[in-house]
Amino acid sequence: MNCRSEVLEVSVEGRQVDEAMLALLHTILLHRSTGKFHYKKEGTYSIGTVGTQDIDCDYIDFSFVRVSSDELDRVIRKAVGEFKDAMGNGTDGMGQISLEFYQKKKSRWPFSDECIPWEVWSIKVNVVNLANEQERQICREKVGEKLGEKVINIVEVINQHEYLPKMPTQSEVDNVFDTSLKDVQPYLYKITFQITDTLGTSVSTTMRRLIKDTLAL
Amino acid sequence: MDSDLSPQDKKDLDKFIKFFALKTVQVIVQARLGEKVCTRSLSSPTGSDWFNLAIKDIPEVTHESKKALAGQLPGIERSMCVEISLKTSEGDSMELETWCLEMNEKCDRDIKVSYTVYNRMSLLLKSLLAITRVTPAYKLSRKQGHDYVILYRIYFGEVQLTGLGEGFQTVRVGVVGTPIGTITLSCAYRTNLAFMSTSGLKCTACKICHYMFSHFLPYPPYSPLRTAPIMGIIIDHFVERPFGNVGHMHPCIYRAPGEDEGAYNGVEDSQEVCTTSFSTSPPSQMGVPGKEGGVPQQVPVQPCHGAQAEHRRVSSCPPADHVPATPSSSGEDAETSSRSVGVKSGSPCGLLETTFTRKVGAFVNKPGTKVTTASLDLPFAAFAPRAYDLEENDPMVQPPESSATSSPLQGSLHSQGSGESGGPAQDDFVMVDFKPAFSKDDLLPMDLGTFYREFQNPPQLTSLTIDVSSQSMAEDLDALPEKLAVYEKNIDEFDAFVDTLQ
Repeated sequence: MNCRSEVLEVSVEGRQVDEAMLALLHTILLHRSTGKFHYKKEGTYSIGTVGTQDIDCDYIDFSFVRVSSDELDRVIRKAVGEFKDAMGNGTDGMGQISLEFYQKKKSRWPFSDECIPWEVWSIKVNVVNLANEQERQICREKVGEKLGEKVINIVEVINQHEYLPKMPTQSEVDNVFDTSLKDVQPYLYKITFQITDTLGTSVSTTMRRLIKDTLAL
Repeated sequence: MDSDLSPQDKKDLDKFIKFFALKTVQVIVQARLGEKVCTRSLSSPTGSDWFNLAIKDIPEVTHESKKALAGQLPGIERSMCVEISLKTSEGDSMELETWCLEMNEKCDRDIKVSYTVYNRMSLLLKSLLAITRVTPAYKLSRKQGHDYVILYRIYFGEVQLTGLGEGFQTVRVGVVGTPIGTITLSCAYRTNLAFMSTSGLKCTACKICHYMFSHFLPYPPYSPLRTAPIMGIIIDHFVERPFGNVGHMHPCIYRAPGEDEGAYNGVEDSQEVCTTSFSTSPPSQMGVPGKEGGVPQQVPVQPCHGAQAEHRRVSSCPPADHVPATPSSSGEDAETSSRSVGVKSGSPCGLLETTFTRKVGAFVNKPGTKVTTASLDLPFAAFAPRAYDLEENDPMVQPPESSATSSPLQGSLHSQGSGESGGPAQDDFVMVDFKPAFSKDDLLPMDLGTFYREFQNPPQLTSLTIDVSSQSMAEDLDALPEKLAVYEKNIDEFDAFVDTLQ
C-alpha cells in the first residue's frame, strides 16, 4: 500500500515551538478523529459527537480549533513537550516531529501484528533565536501567518479524499481506531520525532528508518 | 440525472444538503461573534447532532438562513453565500469576506449517500471550523466592540464578490462529490484594507483611525491585520456611545426560543433526527442503515419574497446584570457605575431591545434579573446609551436643565420642617414627620431628622455640573492632537520613568 506523506515546514522561536506544534497536530487530529463508535446488532453502529474548542496561542498571533478532549490534548502535549526538551532550550536547531496514522494488520503466530502507515505528516521545525523584543513581535505575527498557511495546506490535502481505512467491524475496530479515549476516537496514530544537529545530518536515524522499512515490506 | 438515485437516497441527500448548509452558516457566524467557541464531545450520540459534530444552533441565525433559502436548496447556479462585513461607529462599512456554498455539475454516481457523503460533509465542516480561524476577519472579529462590529448577511443566488475590493484572495475549504453534483465550499476575502470613509470624518479619533486604516497596504495571502493591536489604543479615545445612529440597522441578538413573537422553526428542525447509525456490511449486502428515533417532522417553510436577508449583527454580549445606581448608595460608586457604561458589543436599535454589560461599582445593588434599556430607571439615566440619542440630545454635549439647581439644603432650610423631602422628583416616597430614634432636639442646633433631610439629596457632583459638561466630547477629542504632541515632546521623560520601573 502506498502511504501518503506530507511535509510541513515552519521556522519558530524557541518559546513558540510548543504552540506551533500543538496547533498543527491538533488541526490534523481534528480531521482524523470521529465520535466513539457504539456497535449494535445487525452490523450497524452509531457514532458519538465530537466537540471543538478554540485555543488562543500566547506566543503566536494565532488561534486554532482542536477536538474537545482533554485526554487527547494531554497525550499530544506530552509528545510535544518531549520533542521540545529534545530540541534543547535557547539554542538554534532543527528537528522534525511526525504524526503517523496506521492500521494494524493481524499476523499469524509467531509474527507480531504489523503496523501499516497510511498517512504520515512530518513537521520540520527550524528554531531560531531572536535578539530583541521588536524582532520577537514581528516573529509573533509572521509565525501566525505561516501557521495559517499550513492549516490551509492541511485542509487542502485532507479534502482530496484519498485513502481512508474502511470502517471496521466491531472485532476489528482496534486495528483502525484508537479506542482508549473516553470521548473521541482518533484513527490509530503515533508521534515520533528526530532532532538534527546544526549540521543538518542525522545519519543514524535515516539508516534505522531504511532498515525498518525494508523489513516491513 | 437523478434516475440512478433511489427515492430514499434522494430524500436523504436533500436533507443532508439542507442541514449542511444550515450548519455551515452557523459555523461561519459563530466564528465571527468575537468569542471563543467551545462545545463538548459526547461519547453517546444524542440523535440531534448533525454530522456527529457539536455545533450549536443559534435560532436567529437558523431563521435567517431559512429565510434566505426560502424553501430551496443550494444547487447548480443556486449558491448560498454568507457575507461578513465590518461597520464602524461612524457608519462606514466594508465587506471583509464572502463564504460560498456552491454546486457544480460534476456528479459522482457511485458514491454512497448515507455513508460517504455524510462523512465527507462532516469532514468539510471540520475544515470550515479550522479555516474560519485563519482568514484575516477572525482577528478583526475577536477585537470588535467600541470601534466597530462585524455583521453578516446571508443571500441565495449569484455570488457577489465586487465588494471585496481589488486583489481579494480565495481559499477553498473543500469539496464533497454527490450523485447530483459536487458541493464546493470556499471563501473569498479582502486583502486591501484601505478604508474608504463614505460619510466623512466626524471626530479626531476617527481621523486617527482613518490614518491607521489608510496605511494598510495590500497584504500577501493569509496575512493578518498587522495594525490590529493599534486599534486597541484607538478604542480609548472613542466616545462611549458607539453606533448612536444605527436606527436603520437591525442588530441580531441571541434570544432564547419563545421570547420573540414568532417561534423559530429551528427548534423544530433540531428535533429532526440525523442519521446516526451506519452499517459495516459490505456494499453488495448492505440494506438501508437503521435510523434512530422517530419520523422527521416536516417543517413548513415560511414563504419569503426577498432572496436576501438584511444585514445582521450578532451580539456576543451575554445578558448582564444591570446596576441601578441609586442615590442612597455611595455617591462615588454610583458615579463610577453609571459613567462606565461600556457597551461591549451591543448596538442600540430603534426597534429591538438590546442588552449590554456594565461595570459594577462597589456598594451598589445587583439586581437579579436582566434589565433592558426600556425598563431601566437610572438616576443618571441621561448618561446611559440610548437608541434614539442624537447629538443634540446628548447630555454631555448639551447638558440638561439640571433638576437640582436649587440646593436641597436651601429648600429644607426654608421648609416648615414638616419632614417633606425637597429632593428631585425621582424620590419614590415622601417622609412625613421623620423622628429618628435616639436624637434629642435640645443638644444640637440641628436635629438628626433635619440633618438627614437636608443631606438626603446632595448637590450635583462637580463633574456633572453645567460648567464642566458644557465642554463637549467633541472638543475634548479636538484637543487630542495637541496633547499627543506634548507627550511626544516629553517622550524622553516618559522613557526615563519607564526605565525606573524596570
